[in-house]
Amino acid sequence: MENAFSQPQSVVVFGGSSDIARAIVKKLAAARTRNVVLAGRNQSLLDEAAKEAAEAGVTSISTAIFDANAPLEAGSVVATCFEKAGGIIDLVIIAVGHLGNQLADEKDVAASVNMVNVNFTWPVAALAEIRNRLLEQGSGRILVISSVAAIRVRRNMYLYSGTKAGLDRLCDGLADSLQGTGVSLQILRPGPVRTRMTKGQKDQPFTQSVDQVASDTVKGLSTTKRVITSPPVLEYLFAVLRHLPAPLWRKINEGR
Amino acid sequence: MGRAVHRWRLRVKREQLYGWGHTSPSVADVSEPGSEREVSDALRTNGFVLARGLGRSYGDAAQLAGGHVLVNRLLTKISPLSSEGVITLGAGVSIDELLQLSIPQGWFIPVTPGTRQVTIGGALAADVHGKNHHVDGSIGNHVLGLHLVTPSGAFDVSPNEQADLFWATIGGMGLTGVITSATLQLLPIASDHVVVDTLRFDNLDALMEEMVSHDNDYRYSVAWVDCMTKGASLGRSILTRGDHAPRSETTTLNGPTAPRLKVPFFAPSGLLNQVSIRAFNEAWFRRAPKERSGELQSLSSFFHPLDGVSDWNRLYGKRGFVQYQFVVPDSQSDSVRKAIELLSSSGVPSFLAVLKRFGVANPSPLSFPLPGWTLALDMPVGPGALPSTLDHLDDLVLEAGGRIYLAKDSRLDPSKVRAMYPRLGEFQTIKERVDPSGVLASDLSRRLELLKR
Repeated sequence: MENAFSQPQSVVVFGGSSDIARAIVKKLAAARTRNVVLAGRNQSLLDEAAKEAAEAGVTSISTAIFDANAPLEAGSVVATCFEKAGGIIDLVIIAVGHLGNQLADEKDVAASVNMVNVNFTWPVAALAEIRNRLLEQGSGRILVISSVAAIRVRRNMYLYSGTKAGLDRLCDGLADSLQGTGVSLQILRPGPVRTRMTKGQKDQPFTQSVDQVASDTVKGLSTTKRVITSPPVLEYLFAVLRHLPAPLWRKINEGR
Repeated sequence: MGRAVHRWRLRVKREQLYGWGHTSPSVADVSEPGSEREVSDALRTNGFVLARGLGRSYGDAAQLAGGHVLVNRLLTKISPLSSEGVITLGAGVSIDELLQLSIPQGWFIPVTPGTRQVTIGGALAADVHGKNHHVDGSIGNHVLGLHLVTPSGAFDVSPNEQADLFWATIGGMGLTGVITSATLQLLPIASDHVVVDTLRFDNLDALMEEMVSHDNDYRYSVAWVDCMTKGASLGRSILTRGDHAPRSETTTLNGPTAPRLKVPFFAPSGLLNQVSIRAFNEAWFRRAPKERSGELQSLSSFFHPLDGVSDWNRLYGKRGFVQYQFVVPDSQSDSVRKAIELLSSSGVPSFLAVLKRFGVANPSPLSFPLPGWTLALDMPVGPGALPSTLDHLDDLVLEAGGRIYLAKDSRLDPSKVRAMYPRLGEFQTIKERVDPSGVLASDLSRRLELLKR
């Protein structure tokens, strides 16, 4: 069970080998997290993440493989992971996401569908099952990793930015639907982060390390805040950016 | 088999439940059984069940996420009070209700916690203690017997009858069954007042010395300690001790009065912070006389000062607060100083802490008190050093051979429970005998892994 400081003991992560998820699990393990299930696409990456979690103090770890391009199977993936965790699940992290390659993907039907599946359809499908199970449990927290890019869709990455925007908005409503049920959902919107996913790209302004994102996240998880922004200052910056006149917004997103 | 058993008549409502500290709520199916039959029916389930009283446990002891919580407020039958002060009470009767009835007849509850707003069932499940533990022990010591409904049947247990199940139920946090009634030996009183002596101390050492040498001259003793001062005034404190007043000219004895004040809504989180709490502690300390003896205080103001303000926990805001209470053995009295040093140097804001001496422990495997010193503090949940400071305190307490109080816990590391409660295995064996499929559980038992999976 989660304690008075909102420190979870049992955590299930979808997208468990993502750099941000790994850093969050490490931070949680420093407090009370001892039981973790990591689900992802690639077994060797999951094994690596599991090893890291064990070193951080997690005593019971299992892994599961799933394909985010197969949303109809999300229900059984969630069921498997919950059973592997056993008992009460305090926190479910959805860290499934794909940055893609805008220039190539925007011309390609299959690649566009893939972007929607991975960033939107699979998480939404999984959330249906997660929501059911946590409602029955009467407790639990869901953390959905969105992005500051979801606040206003950009022309130079509209597939990623747009699919995250869909997920982000949907989760806002989903979180409202959970009021008073003992279950809650929080949205994490990181700014640019140095990860495997962004490797080879030039650092944008406000680029930070996964450790910084993880610190802000763990701090946010101890509150009832709906949206956790990391770094926090971006919350204010994007409050302005989202209201910029369209020509100006297009202008600053010119670079490809 | 084959016969469908469907006697479910309880009205069940899905509801969010909190502890008194207003942290980590969970949702459960909640009902109010009005008879022993309804309790035993509810226990016949594949799911989880837990009894709850007035919700005064600070943490998650009276919550059960996704399970069935039986709020025990309808089992309120009270037998006539015998001339020897023996009374049998439904477990849903509150101490307040008991005192309304017993004080005018010249009887007081032998052990009372800091509030009257707890049920008898809850008080026994937590084996509550009061200002007289050094003389009278905890409430379990004054129970002549109780009726316990378990998944494998109902039992009348007492210190002589199934003593192991009786003592496992005392302090057993509701995990052995649902207490439906209990028989208590009350304490005769000649007055509804207490004669109180007050002493003020500028530091901890002087206080502890005085408590060791003279606490046994009084039935009741408690010290308020400021845990936010450092250096020479570390642990400055106010010691109040007293005993029931002798018969006075005015012979009518009056029961407690209803609260006069109410906190109508949650204060903004952060209202109680380092600055405001430090100021409160300062004022409290300065208000106290250096030395005063023979002051007459009403039973309520001496035993239950906070009951004068209903819903006072809302002052801590929606994020709530944690109460931390530990005990260390007499031989480790130095740990009290170390704990207060740790708290004051961490800058964690805490209201005047309560320091008192415990006497002999009773035979209960999960009861909290053991002979030595106990310190209890209230601290607002907020950003900062609190979680790690308390983890350090746990280590200090554990090293000293002490433990923390389960009824107040909301954040202990489960890996430390077994060392703090070395008789946990014994408790589990007795529990499994009456609850073999593990129906009785709580958020607390899950969080601290008190039960085998």
